[in-house]
Amino acid sequence: MRPDSAEPDLSALSTGDLVVESPAAVPAPPPPATSGFELTPKPATAPDADRGLLEVAIGPHHPSTHGVFRLNAVLDGERIVRFKPVFGYLHRNHEKIGENGTYLSAMPYTDRLDYFCSLSNNWAYALAVEKLAGLAVPERADYIRIITAELTRIQNHAALIGFLLQELGAMGTPLMYAFREREKILDLFEALTGARMMCNYLRFGGCRCDLPAGWLEECRRVVEGLPRFFDEFENLLSTNEILMARTQGIGVLPPELAVSAGVTGPMLRASGVNYDLRKVDRYGLYDRFEFRVPLGEHGDVYDRYMVRILEMRESAKILQQALREVPGGPIVDPKVKLRNFRPKAGEAYGRLESPKGELGFYLISDGSTNPYRYRIRPPSFINLTILEDMCQGLTLQDALVILGAVDIVMGEVDR
Amino acid sequence: MNLPGTGIIKGMVETARNFVGSYHDPERLTTIEYPEERLTQPENARSFPMLIFDDDPVKGLRCVACKICEKECPPQCIYIVQDRDERGKPRKFPRIFDLDISVCMSCQICVEVCPFDSIKMNTEFELSTDDRFGRLLLHRDDLAKSNEYYHQIHATEAAEVDARLADEKAKAEAKAKPAAAKPASPVPTAAKAAAPAQPAAPVKSPAADKPAAKPASPAEPAAA
Amino acid sequence: METLDVIKTRAEAAVPGAQLALAPNGAVPAEASLVVDSAHAAAVARFLRDDPQLQLDYCSNVTGVDWLEASIKEKIKTRKLVDGVEKEVEETVEHKRPGHLEAVYHLYSMKLKHGPLVLRQRTANRVDQVRVASLTPVWRSAEFQEREAYDLFGIVFDGHPDLRRILMWDEFQDHPMRKDYVEPDDYEYEPTAHDDVLDKARRHYPVEEHP
Ligand code: SF4
Ligand code: SF4
Repeated sequence: MRPDSAEPDLSALSTGDLVVESPAAVPAPPPPATSGFELTPKPATAPDADRGLLEVAIGPHHPSTHGVFRLNAVLDGERIVRFKPVFGYLHRNHEKIGENGTYLSAMPYTDRLDYFCSLSNNWAYALAVEKLAGLAVPERADYIRIITAELTRIQNHAALIGFLLQELGAMGTPLMYAFREREKILDLFEALTGARMMCNYLRFGGCRCDLPAGWLEECRRVVEGLPRFFDEFENLLSTNEILMARTQGIGVLPPELAVSAGVTGPMLRASGVNYDLRKVDRYGLYDRFEFRVPLGEHGDVYDRYMVRILEMRESAKILQQALREVPGGPIVDPKVKLRNFRPKAGEAYGRLESPKGELGFYLISDGSTNPYRYRIRPPSFINLTILEDMCQGLTLQDALVILGAVDIVMGEVDR
Repeated sequence: MNLPGTGIIKGMVETARNFVGSYHDPERLTTIEYPEERLTQPENARSFPMLIFDDDPVKGLRCVACKICEKECPPQCIYIVQDRDERGKPRKFPRIFDLDISVCMSCQICVEVCPFDSIKMNTEFELSTDDRFGRLLLHRDDLAKSNEYYHQIHATEAAEVDARLADEKAKAEAKAKPAAAKPASPVPTAAKAAAPAQPAAPVKSPAADKPAAKPASPAEPAAA
Repeated sequence: METLDVIKTRAEAAVPGAQLALAPNGAVPAEASLVVDSAHAAAVARFLRDDPQLQLDYCSNVTGVDWLEASIKEKIKTRKLVDGVEKEVEETVEHKRPGHLEAVYHLYSMKLKHGPLVLRQRTANRVDQVRVASLTPVWRSAEFQEREAYDLFGIVFDGHPDLRRILMWDEFQDHPMRKDYVEPDDYEYEPTAHDDVLDKARRHYPVEEHP
């Protein structure tokens, strides 16, 4: 049922200066042939129903089970007119927990934000606190941080691509290939930090414990095997016609909108904006390593997929360089106290390039042992801002693919 | 432009290679049959905390009930009550040490802050049970594990700890000799004995601070 | 990037009537912030975004901060005549900080790769005058983050296209990130495992020694 007069109402979307692409540009689907099974329309009460629009609440749960959340979609026939994500099912007020505890006690909770990348989260928080208190990090600790962060990036991207393919209907195979590789990296994490996912490894001014004997050799062995995995993964996927048909030209995000909407990470770079905090902020020791920032051209889902593949390859390059020359020395600044840690009053915003985008921690200290304000800038939450814009005029099946390529983890979105 | 379909065929070749490989290549065959086969855990692995004792599972506990871990535990899952002797004087010993492992998040912060090396991480992970309170709320005696067990699961770390404790003990004894020669060292107040809050305290406090009715236990000198 | 003083002067020239002030930062002195009045916030924000030397096109982080009413003691060194001799004297000055809410924006430039510039808007109090201007029309990235600040802090953003609760459910009343927020003890109460633990503990150890 698609009356021709159906003019989707976009007033809720008009956001001042922003030009949102009108869905009218999308060709209307052909009117469905009337079949004998057509339901008689219910008497219209809601204004949407008047115009033949249908509101569907997807979730809480399915949206390919990235976590528990709901998508309120308004459909015109099969086409999406409005698409509002509803959050909060996993909300535990992480920020309040952080403010009620000491600086150290927030560290294990950061593991649980984006539980795929606990080591990057640890680093982002440590970076913010180090900025706040003006601490320096020993060279060896910085190397360990880079190694663990890049391993995290690889396993996150591999798993994400697996999940994305799952959303396309490729049940299992790519995801299992990704998980096989991810297991090797998680084994490394377990040997180093004691836990596979909730690592809680970094401390202000360094790391918690030194590398165990033989860890570097094991890590080198895993890193050597990575290019083979990337080739295999690409053979499997990159030229696959079904993947291309489902992802190319879908969910296009123009660079201006991406910048204005604060989209970060691989999604931003897939739209062709060259902004990688490893290059821009040069935190840690990233300026010592040679790597390139892959950029997309079209800003569609396929570009997002490809940027992630290329980023994994670049990460492997960084790892090879870093593993060649891990310096000796202490792993933590011995002056930093574990208990009774009180930075002096002030505020700091520390950010880094986590696998999902810019992960920032904003801290205000009032000179006590607890942060006065503890705020997380969650990349996957903010990347969802333009989900609706990307899905306008597409079908629900496409929308789920687009959602998959945003790379969200509800632990971080809802906090 | 490739012929249509070549991409899919390429992928199929890849899966076929993996399938065949899974019969002979250890790189491809990564799963094990869990309950029958087991992976060895890495030395750093951790599950939930345990309390270390030296000789006797009760008297030999290294824990002095200083409650530092209780205070620092982020989700507040430790509950400690200090022991008292017949005259109501606090003893450096936990009468109650409860740890709710359904709340504990295995963060290891208690281990890091404990100045007496008495709480360490266990590696046991097969803890699922249908008895929430009987099996997941661990009491002092469930938590007590021998030093030998600690050596078994974390060999390197345990050796370091032992060396450090022996070192501290030697230092404390060297210090105690001149202190014992001096008459009338200050009598400890209850509050002081109850809260040796500084991590450096075990080395500093002279042995003469000890109450006369000191239980003969080899764990105590670490705290003395 | 230019220093904050220069930016302030230029912004004042570009937006007539704007009241700008600088707020110092004790921890990272380079990251002091610019406080702007809500009436001109959108115009100042547009200036910051479009000015060719600044081009702060990327609003990274938006959040609220709750400042309770407090009296702040400050030590100021002054020169004074003491017994006819001029001496440096340290004096403690106490002044009242009225309670207020604050919306904080961290701005960067993706084109010129500089930043951050910290922009703040303050409300008059914490109770009824809690409105500030929404900057979502200038930076779309503020859309969800301002909703979050509204939800958790109760800052109302005038001009936001879709100001609803985002993390808490729509019927929720309070703003949980406020410093004086009290958790309702009867709200959606259901017996948890911990009640039984406590009960059992009480039965086992009748003498309550725990402070
Ligand atoms: S910190 Fe160590 S000694 Fe103190 S109560 Fe905890 S386990 Fe016992
Ligand atoms: S491991 Fe962490 S959560 Fe568990 S008891 Fe120790 S400090 Fe508490």
